Amino acid sequence: MAELMAKSPAHGLTPVAVGGVTLSEAPMRPVWAVMPWRGKGAALSRALEQAHGLGFPEPGAMITSGQLGIAWSGLDQAFLMGVEPDAALAEHAALTDQSDAWTQLVLEGAAVRDVLARWVPVDLSPAACPPGSARRSLVGHMSALILHPGGDRFEVLVFRSMAGTAVHELTRAMRAVAAREAL
Amino acid sequence: MRVDGRGLIDRSQPVTFKFDGRSVTGYKGDTVASALLGKGVRLMARSFKYHRPRGVLTAGSEEPNALLEVGQGAAMTPNTRATVQEIYSGLTVQSQNRIGPLDRDLLSINDALWPFLSAGFYYKTFMWPRAFWEKLYEPVIRRAAGLGRITRDASPERHEKAFAFCDVLVIGGGPAGLMAALTAAKGGADVILAEETPELGGRLLSDGQEIDGTPAAYWVEDIVKELQATGRVRVMTRTTVTGAYDDGSYGALERVARHVAPADDLPPECFWRIRARQAVLAAGAHERPIAFPMNDRPGIMLAGAVRTYLNRYGVSPGRNVTIFATNDDAHRTAVELMDAGVKVAAVIDSRTGVTAKGDYRLIEGGQVIGTKGRQGLRQITYRAGSRTDTLITDCLAMSGGWNPAVHLTCHLGARPVWDADAKMFLPAPGAVPGLTPAGSCNGAMSTAACLSEGLEAGKAALAALGRPAPQGVSLPEAEDDPGRTQALWYVEGKGRAWLDFANDVTTKDVKLAAAEGYASVEHMKRYTTQGMAPDQGKSSNINALALLADSTGRGIPETGTTTYRPPFIPVTMGAMGAFAEGHGFAPERRTTSDAAARGRGAPMIEAGLWFRPSYFPAPGETTWREACDREVAMVRNAVGVVDVSTLGKIDIQGPDAGAFLDFVYTNMFSTLKVGRARYGLMLREDGHVMDDGTTARLGDHHYVMTTTTAAAGQVMAHLEFVAQGLRPDLDVRIISATEQWAQFSVAGPLSRELLNGVLDQPIDDESFPFMACGAVKVHGVTGRLFRISFSGEHAYEIAVPARYGDALYRDLVARAEALGGGAYGMEALNVLRIEKGFITHSEIHGRVTAHDIGMQRMLSQKKDFVGKAAAARPGLLEPGRERLVGLRPVEAEGRLTAGARLFKEGDPHKRVLDQGYVTSVGYSPTLGHMIGLGFLRHGPECEGQEIVMVDHLRKVKTRVQVVNPVFFDPDGGRARG
Amino acid sequence: MLIPCPLCGARDSREFTPKGHASYLDRPAEDAPPQAWNDYLHLRENPAGDTRELWFHGAGCGAWLVVERNTVSHAVTGARLAREVRDAG
Repeated sequence: MAELMAKSPAHGLTPVAVGGVTLSEAPMRPVWAVMPWRGKGAALSRALEQAHGLGFPEPGAMITSGQLGIAWSGLDQAFLMGVEPDAALAEHAALTDQSDAWTQLVLEGAAVRDVLARWVPVDLSPAACPPGSARRSLVGHMSALILHPGGDRFEVLVFRSMAGTAVHELTRAMRAVAAREAL
Repeated sequence: MRVDGRGLIDRSQPVTFKFDGRSVTGYKGDTVASALLGKGVRLMARSFKYHRPRGVLTAGSEEPNALLEVGQGAAMTPNTRATVQEIYSGLTVQSQNRIGPLDRDLLSINDALWPFLSAGFYYKTFMWPRAFWEKLYEPVIRRAAGLGRITRDASPERHEKAFAFCDVLVIGGGPAGLMAALTAAKGGADVILAEETPELGGRLLSDGQEIDGTPAAYWVEDIVKELQATGRVRVMTRTTVTGAYDDGSYGALERVARHVAPADDLPPECFWRIRARQAVLAAGAHERPIAFPMNDRPGIMLAGAVRTYLNRYGVSPGRNVTIFATNDDAHRTAVELMDAGVKVAAVIDSRTGVTAKGDYRLIEGGQVIGTKGRQGLRQITYRAGSRTDTLITDCLAMSGGWNPAVHLTCHLGARPVWDADAKMFLPAPGAVPGLTPAGSCNGAMSTAACLSEGLEAGKAALAALGRPAPQGVSLPEAEDDPGRTQALWYVEGKGRAWLDFANDVTTKDVKLAAAEGYASVEHMKRYTTQGMAPDQGKSSNINALALLADSTGRGIPETGTTTYRPPFIPVTMGAMGAFAEGHGFAPERRTTSDAAARGRGAPMIEAGLWFRPSYFPAPGETTWREACDREVAMVRNAVGVVDVSTLGKIDIQGPDAGAFLDFVYTNMFSTLKVGRARYGLMLREDGHVMDDGTTARLGDHHYVMTTTTAAAGQVMAHLEFVAQGLRPDLDVRIISATEQWAQFSVAGPLSRELLNGVLDQPIDDESFPFMACGAVKVHGVTGRLFRISFSGEHAYEIAVPARYGDALYRDLVARAEALGGGAYGMEALNVLRIEKGFITHSEIHGRVTAHDIGMQRMLSQKKDFVGKAAAARPGLLEPGRERLVGLRPVEAEGRLTAGARLFKEGDPHKRVLDQGYVTSVGYSPTLGHMIGLGFLRHGPECEGQEIVMVDHLRKVKTRVQVVNPVFFDPDGGRARG
Repeated sequence: MLIPCPLCGARDSREFTPKGHASYLDRPAEDAPPQAWNDYLHLRENPAGDTRELWFHGAGCGAWLVVERNTVSHAVTGARLAREVRDAG
């Protein structure tokens, strides 16, 4: 039987390193939208805790534990990352596979906030966006989920189909920031 | 001329640039203006209308005269102020608005014609004959009167935009701004300090003053160190805050790299969107010229600008300088010039009872009433009492006083308030919420007052942020005398007296406007063009409105100011549009089959943000039609593959998912069996069609809805609105799965044969009948299969997680080719669906109802749904409405065009007799002629009639027959298999 | 303009799309008289002054909000989730 080769969204477009900032694509991993049924938020959080060791995050927050993470991703919605959700969660939440729906880019480096400031209309300074933050906003015209696990690392999720634009735009910002620094 | 021992320029670093082709050498830190003045070049420009020789008036961004073209080729930027452009090695600048060399501009003939070129001249003169305006008058006038040229080519410059956030934005880095920034930062606030020039200090760098007993420039250095030590201040030099907007938003233009040679990746400019919780406006003040006769010659400039050239750039604009002033402040210019060893011819003060501040000749009660010197000032004539005399001088430093730079306080609609004692407009209290004016923009005219207001503004910002005032910020000692100023806006006399240098508006023009009834300041402005040049009248508006007030017998406050609008300085279109050039205009969405399609040579067309293959050219084919016809035949006779991933896919889950769908669709979905799909029609609440598509039931509580590509975003927002706003009682969860799945349509008589090659478990009519759906294994990968058809053929849509999309598409196409089929594109897809009478957004374009498209029966009577009540309105159900029909040419070779209008045979082709229009057309290789869909009054009732299609735009007229919109396989037997 | 999204905090208006007055939440019953439907569809409030409007945080959390703002001063004074406004009657 023929086998289908898997391709990541930004296949062949990354990594890019300019100045002190690198742009790379996160390894493919399960990403599942977890959306609690009406009135089931607390029960879902307990079930999540039991099954995966992570509760349901508050708006704007991300909880990580080893390779697992759960990031708030919108109204009544969080993305469980790094693991397929336990079947028992279906009692409390709608579960939708989003593993292939997003281009997952990783930006790292000292000037990472300067790079993102070219495109993102929210404050990502350490005071406004502490480690463990998750922001729904824009990267240019692209709807995005921006995760900040800590340090100088940000993960930027945009629609899969926009991988080319996302890499192009972030790379342009990286080049401009590096050129400014050299000034 | 250069003056030793003065200036902040680096004399160890000479810099050579080109001005009108000539090499000029200045020093690092010079502007074009200071470098030219340093070489004794006073003539830098020609004026807008009269083409008068002009030099610099100012030393800052408010410069009205010295506008230059900077750079070369498509990267040239016109209307750049010589007073702002810093020099660098290799810089090329040209003077503009001239024919021939700058010193012999052929257009200076206009100056001789000045008696005819007064305000309103064009309106009065070039009215007739009307046809001449566009072809003759306007081009000639535009050539003669104007600013720089634009290049017709796209600029290669790549600017940038960025966002910034802070607790306190301090606008201006002079004494008030520095104190405000220091206070706020020491109080724990995160501060952005925006300064227009390359250096912090403001007027402290221009005026030889002392603060705390040391030269002001040293004090500035210390403060800058203190600011840096706080770690809370982001200093943005070469950054002008251009506008104040709602909720603490500010726009700012940073000249990132205008002072160095262009380099790859280095953005010349950055347009900032700054969000500040509090702001301090410390924008300073603009000095006022005096409108005396012939006050526009090169060498006549502002007294404060002369001090700036001396103290910032080590340049004296003249060897023998005269000062014409109405105030104490301008006397400093004389003192400092003499300290620097420059000869001062005299100080002419309009006041009497004034004492000289140094050993210079003081002429009290004097007014300059005339000047001489064609290309640069040589001599002035003044009147003092009854005496008239002349002075030989090459630079006249004038000062009518200072106007607070209140501009940003007016950007949200507030009007400045006239202070009758100080004779100045001041910011209205609370004009911009969260913004505190401080220093001379607020009317504080001594250094001590500026420092004090800055400190207080810093404290006020902290208090508004809920922070206590900091310890350890003390008020330094400085000069505390604001001086006195007499109001002298203009001087009567023979000859033109310029108000607005940039637009060549004289006192005569304003008087004429008043005499002709343009008494409102807004009318005067538009009639004379006063203040409408790139400098927006920064140095002239107040004088002009004072003259208008006098001419109309009103006071200044009754006359009022024109409206101050953003941007404060000109902003290049490039910076405004940064990131949107070329492909940056919108994100590009690519399907997983994009590379494969391009690899097969398919031209891609844009469908919204998506790129989709138009057709797949085969060897020997020379036109798209050949490819399209082949692909249509391929689907009808064998099997074709097309990527349909761009259609919106929305997962709808929950115990009330069925009830929710019943509410958003006109037809029933709660009754749909698991494992089945159904076509659905969705209305807007106003009863018109929003979208259509198939929705499949994958489980008891799980549906997946398909939307059209065009309406995917709109439908998603609509569903969320219904779920959150109209029916929060329903337990349902909605999420887009469009990007998760790569979905391909496999269509044609051999589609099942093809699919059974990729499915782990083969299917047949029994296990997978028409409109069935379900989970399948595709080469071991879990996917979804839907037996639905948009071509009328036996067809399926097969979906796999997008990571496998590229591989599956290539595999499907290869298998299709082995069966005599292959890939097809949008052109063929369109023909296939028109042959079947299937609608797209060409038909459901927002103004049609279910009745219009013949789907009235899909409006369920058993339930409420969005649009139900409105769709039942009698006007939407009339038989005479334009309703969907099929159209075919009466003669087989007849041409149909989309957008054409329909008329009854014999009727004139006039709007009032219009019967409808054509929405979609294509050539049907199946039928051998063109076919079309359209909307026609009475629609289906006209089937069989012959009418006329007229395309006025493309000049096409075709006799057409009205037919049923389903051209092919009307009973649908092929799709059901 | 900033809109204080209850979930995301104050956000730039570029992340939102408006839909008009909040009365759009008060959908008449299916059998309401034509006048009620006409008013609902076509006679939306558009006051000079304080108003309540529907905004969709489409480039953010996806919430529909009822935003209170003043159309004269542009001051935005509050925002609540549309579904909670409905629940509260």
